[in-house]
Amino acid sequence: MSPLSTLTPLTVKKPSPARNRLRGGARYAPTLATVGLFIAMFAVGAGMYPSFLSGQVFLNLFIDNTFLIVLAVGMTFVILTGGIDLSVGAVVALSMMVSATLLQQGWNPGAVIVLVLLIGGGLGLLMGLIIQYFDIQPFIVTLAGMFLARGLCYVISLDSIPVTEAFFTGMAQAQIPLPGDLFVSPGVLLALGIVAVAFFVLHHTRFGRTVYAIGGNEHSAMLMGLPVKATKILVYALSGLCSAIAGILFSFYSLSGYSLAAQGMELDAIAAVVIGGTLLTGGTGYVLGSVVGVLVLGIVQTFIAYDGTLSSWWTKIVIGGLLLVFILLQRLFARKAG
Amino acid sequence: MKSLLKHRLAWPVIALAALLLLNQVFRPDFMSLRMQDGHLYGSLIDIMRNGAPTILIALGMTLVIATRGIDLSVGAVVAIAGAASCAYIAGSPDPGSPVTAATAVLIAVVAGLALGVWNGFLVSTIGVQPIIATLVLMTAGRGVAQLITGGQIVSVSNDSYKSIGAGYLFTLPISILITAAVFALAAVLTRRTALGTLIEAVGINPVASRLAGLRARNIIWIVYVFSAICAAIAGLMISSNVTAADANNAGLYIEMDAILAVVIGGTSLAGGRYTLVGTVVGAFIIQTLTTTVYTLGIPPEVTLVFKALVVITVCLLQAPKARNLLSRFKAAPKPAAKEAAKEKVAI
Amino acid sequence: MNEIVPVVEMTDIAIGFPGVKALDGVDFRLFQGEVHALMGENGAGKSTLIKALTGVYTIDSGTITVLGEPKRFSTPGESQAAGISTVYQEVNLCPNLTVEENVLLGREPRRRGSIDWKGVRSRTREVLAELQLDHIDPGSLLSTHSIAIQQLIAIARSVEINAKVLILDEPTSSLDADEVNQLFRVIRDLRDRGVAILFVSHFLEQVYEISDRMTVLRNGKLVGEYMTRDLTRMSLISKMIGKDMEALTELDQASARTRASNGAGVTPFVEAKGLGRKGSVSNVDLSIYPGEVVGLAGLLGAGRTEIARLFFGADRADEGTIKVKGAGQKIRSPRAAIDKRIGFCSEDRKEEGLIGDLTVRDNLVLAMQASKGWARRIPRRVQDELVAEYIEALDIRPANPDALIRNLSGGNQQKVLLARWLVTHPELLILDEPTRGIDIGAKTQIQKLVNKLAADGMSILFISSELEEVLRVSDRVAVIKDRAMVAEINNDGVSVEDVMTVIAGGAQ
Repeated sequence: MSPLSTLTPLTVKKPSPARNRLRGGARYAPTLATVGLFIAMFAVGAGMYPSFLSGQVFLNLFIDNTFLIVLAVGMTFVILTGGIDLSVGAVVALSMMVSATLLQQGWNPGAVIVLVLLIGGGLGLLMGLIIQYFDIQPFIVTLAGMFLARGLCYVISLDSIPVTEAFFTGMAQAQIPLPGDLFVSPGVLLALGIVAVAFFVLHHTRFGRTVYAIGGNEHSAMLMGLPVKATKILVYALSGLCSAIAGILFSFYSLSGYSLAAQGMELDAIAAVVIGGTLLTGGTGYVLGSVVGVLVLGIVQTFIAYDGTLSSWWTKIVIGGLLLVFILLQRLFARKAG
Repeated sequence: MKSLLKHRLAWPVIALAALLLLNQVFRPDFMSLRMQDGHLYGSLIDIMRNGAPTILIALGMTLVIATRGIDLSVGAVVAIAGAASCAYIAGSPDPGSPVTAATAVLIAVVAGLALGVWNGFLVSTIGVQPIIATLVLMTAGRGVAQLITGGQIVSVSNDSYKSIGAGYLFTLPISILITAAVFALAAVLTRRTALGTLIEAVGINPVASRLAGLRARNIIWIVYVFSAICAAIAGLMISSNVTAADANNAGLYIEMDAILAVVIGGTSLAGGRYTLVGTVVGAFIIQTLTTTVYTLGIPPEVTLVFKALVVITVCLLQAPKARNLLSRFKAAPKPAAKEAAKEKVAI
Repeated sequence: MNEIVPVVEMTDIAIGFPGVKALDGVDFRLFQGEVHALMGENGAGKSTLIKALTGVYTIDSGTITVLGEPKRFSTPGESQAAGISTVYQEVNLCPNLTVEENVLLGREPRRRGSIDWKGVRSRTREVLAELQLDHIDPGSLLSTHSIAIQQLIAIARSVEINAKVLILDEPTSSLDADEVNQLFRVIRDLRDRGVAILFVSHFLEQVYEISDRMTVLRNGKLVGEYMTRDLTRMSLISKMIGKDMEALTELDQASARTRASNGAGVTPFVEAKGLGRKGSVSNVDLSIYPGEVVGLAGLLGAGRTEIARLFFGADRADEGTIKVKGAGQKIRSPRAAIDKRIGFCSEDRKEEGLIGDLTVRDNLVLAMQASKGWARRIPRRVQDELVAEYIEALDIRPANPDALIRNLSGGNQQKVLLARWLVTHPELLILDEPTRGIDIGAKTQIQKLVNKLAADGMSILFISSELEEVLRVSDRVAVIKDRAMVAEINNDGVSVEDVMTVIAGGAQ
C-alpha cells in the first residue's frame, strides 16, 4: 500500500495570519469608507461655507430624512437576505394617501396609524409569501406590489389631500430642544428608535443572525436547520411595515397625502443601503451603515442647497455616481475574497 | 385546433382578441376606421400609435431578457434622448429646419448607443448583475436629463421633428411606421444573422454555450446597446408627440410596461426562447387594456391596479412551482423531484 | 466491534425521481463508535442515501430508525434534532459569519431574548478545545480559513449539538496530506468517544485507512456490507463496478485495438507536463499523438473529468505546461481550445452540452457558428447539407433537423453533440463518457466512429467508467487514481484486471 502522502499531493495554501487580520478587518471597510466620505464631505462643506459647521445643520440631516432612514432600515433587512424591495416608495405614498383621507373624514389619528401599519405590513407579508411559495424573483413581485400600491393611491385620489388634524400638525411642528440651542423633531427620535431596535434584532437575536446566514449561503442555512422560509417571508413584511412607518413620518413632514409623492424613493433607499456598505448579494452589511448612507445622501442635498449655483438634479447624478462607485468597490472586494 | 391552442402565441392572441371584442360590445364603432384628409383614424390606430413607444422598448427588452438579463434604465434613456434632441433644437440657430431635426435625431440615437454601451460594459465586462447595473443609470439618468434641459420643460417648434410622433405618411402615423421598421430590423438582425440563435443559446444554457466556444460577452453587449437605442427612438417619439422634453415624466414607468409586455407575450423572465411577435402582441394587450378601462367607464387611475394583477397572474402561471401546484390536482406529483432539481443548482 | 442495537438502521429504502430509481430496496446500518464507509461510483446512490438520512429528501418507502425509534424526516432540522449531523464536501456553513456563529447558529445561548455573545464565545472555545483546535480564533470570519479548517469547524458544530451520528460527505477532496491527517485524528477521536461516523470518499486509500466497515452501493441497489479488513481492494473495486473476478479475466480481449501509433520523432498533437489545478487534479503527464486514442481509466470521481476540462480550457490549469503541436500554449478558455482545434463532449449532456430548447440543427452547428461569430451566419443551405450529412452518417433519429433536441433519446442527443464537434474538424476530440446512459446499438456505433476518426488521423482522449470499453477503443491507457495520474499503460493485451490492479494500488 502506498503511503497516503504520495497519493494526495494536493496543496491548499493556508492563509497567513497577517492576511487573516486584513480580511477580517475588511468586513467593516465599506462602511468605514462611507463614514470617511461623510466626514470628508462635512469638512469640505465647513471649509466652503462657515455656517455649514453647525450642530443644527447636522441634525437637520436627520430631521429632513426621517422617512428615508426608516425605509433604509427595512431595505437593509431585505438586501441582507439577498433580496430587493422595489415597492417601498409606492407603499409610502399609499400610507400617506390612506392617512390623509381617513383623517379628513375625521378618524382618530391613533386608529389611522394602526390601520396604515397593518396595510403596509400586510402588503409586505403578501409579497413575501408569493416570493417564497411560488419561487418568483423578488424584483418582479415587488414591482407588481409597487404598481398595486401606486394604483391604489390613484384610486383614492388624484389630488393632493391636506392634513389638518391636530396630532399630525402637532407632530410636524414639535421641536425637542437639545442643549446648545439645538433641536430635533419627534420623528427623528422615532426613526433612531427604530434603528436601535433593528440593530438589536440583527445582532442580538436568532432571527437577525438567520437573516445574515441566508444572505451568506441560503442552502447552508437550510441544511443547518434554520427557519429559512419564515425568515425570508418576514423580512418583506418588515420592509412593508417600515414603509408604512416612513409614510406616517413623511406625512408628519409634508402634512399632505399625494399619490405622486415619494416617487423614486425606493431608489434612494437602495442607494443609501448600498452606499452604507451592504452587499447587494446579501450577507454583509450593517443597519448603522445604512443610516450613514442616508446621511451621505442628505449631505449631498444640503451641499446643493448651500451652493445656489448647483441645481437639484445634481443630487440624482451624484447619487447614481456614488452607487456606481460602491457597486464597483463591492465587485472588487468580492473578487479579492473569491 | 388543439395544436393551434398549444402554440406559444395562442394565449396572448386570444387575450388580445377578447379585449378588442369587449370594447366592440361596449362601443359599436370601436373597430371602424375612417379616412380624413388622407389620414386613417380610429380607435385601433390610436392604440397602435399610443402603444408605439412601449412596443419599441419592449422589443429591446425582449432580447435583453432572452439573455437572462433585465434593463431598468430604459425610462431614463427615454428622458435623456428626448432632452438631448429638444435641447439641441431649441439651442440651434435654425430651430425650424429639417436639417436641425435630423441632427437632433442623430444626437438622440448616438446618446442611446453610448448609454447602451455603458450598461453592456457593466454587465458583460465588470460582471455586475443586470438589475443592479441598470439601476445605476435608472437613478442617475433622470438627473442627467434634467441637467440637459436645465430643469425646464423644453418646448420646440419644428415641423419635421413633430412629424416623428404626430405626423402621417401613406395615410398611417409615422410612429407606427417607425415601430414597424424597427421590428423588421430586429427580426432581420436576429434571424438573418446567427444573433437570435446565439442569444437563445446563452439564455437557455450559459454553461453549455461557453463550452461550445460562444463568446457571451459580445452578445450581451449587443442586446443592451439595441435596448438603449430602441429606448432612445421611443424618447424621440414621446418628446416629438408633445413637441417638448419633460425630463421628469417622459418615459416614467415605461420599463415596467415593457417588461410586462415581454412577459405577457410569452417570453420567460428566466431567459432563453423569445418571441418578438409575442412581445408586440403583449404591448398591444397593455395598450388595449388602458383603452378598455376608459371604454368601460372605469376611472383611468385604476389601470395600474389592473396591470399589477396581470403581472402577478402571468408570473404565477409561468412559475414552475405554481404549475406544479396546478398539476397536483391532476396527478399526484413527487415533492422530492423539485428538491432534486434545486440540489443540482446549489452544488 | 460492539454488535448491539445500531444507532441508525435504514431498511428497504426507496427514492425515485422522474425517470430514475435513485435508491431501490437499500438496507443500511450504522453502529456506535465505528467509522463506516459508504462506497460506490458516482450515481450509485450514496448522496441520495445521505440526503434521505438528513431529511433533505423524503423517502418513498422503507423505514428509518434512530436508536430503535422509527423516524420520518422531512427537513434537515428534524434530522438534526434526532442527533444526526452532516458535513458536506462544499462545507455548508456561512462564509460571511464568524467561526463562533457558525458553530452555534440557531442554537445560540440567550439571556432574556438577547443572544449571550460571551456565552457563545466560551461555548465555542470549549468545543474547539475538545477537538484540540484551540488555535482557531472563534471571532475570526469563516471565509478567512482554509477549506480544511472550515470542515473542522463544521465538525465542531456537530460536536456542539452532541450529534450521535456524524456524516462526512467527501470531506477530503480538497485537502492536502497534513490536513487529511488532522481531520483523521479528529475523526478517530470522535469515534473513540462513541460517535457513529459515516464516511464517504472517492479516495480508496483513505477509506482503507480510516474505516472499520463499509457498505457498497451500485446503481441505487445494495451490493453488501463488509468489514474493511476482510475486503481486498480488488474485490471492493469489482463490487463497485459490478464485475466479478472470473468474468473479468475471461473478458474477450480480441476486440481490443492494437495499432502501432507513433514512431519516434513524431510530434504529439498535445503534450502536458505536470499539469494540475489547485483543489482539482495534479501532476498529469500525458501526450496524445495524431491518430491515437488515449483512454483515461479510473473510478468515477477519480479526477478524469477534471483532466479533460484542463485540456479544454474549461478550467484553467495553475501548474504545469501544455504544448500543442510542439509549441508552448496556455489554454485559457474553451474558445481558445477550439481555436487550437480541440473539441470536448462533456459527460453531463444536459447541463453542459445540450441547448435543450433549440433544434437539432441549431445544436449541431453551434460550435461552428460560435467560432465564425454572430455576424457570419452559416447559410441555411450549408447548414442543411451539414445536418443532413451527419444525421445520415451518425444515424440520428428522428432524422428531423427541426426537432427540439430535448425530445431526442439520450443516444441521439449524444450523436448530435458529437456531430457538433465533428463539423468543426477538430484535431483532438475529448470524449467524456460518450456512451453513458445510451442504448447498446448507439454505443457500438459511437465506439466504431471513434476508431474510424482515429484511423483518419484525429487524436482522441476517451473517458469511460467501463474499463472494457476503454480498453476496446484505446491505444494507450492513462490510469487515474485519487486525483492524480498514477500510471500509463500501452494497450497491448492489457486486461481489465491489470488496470484494476493498478487502481487498487497493489504491486503488480
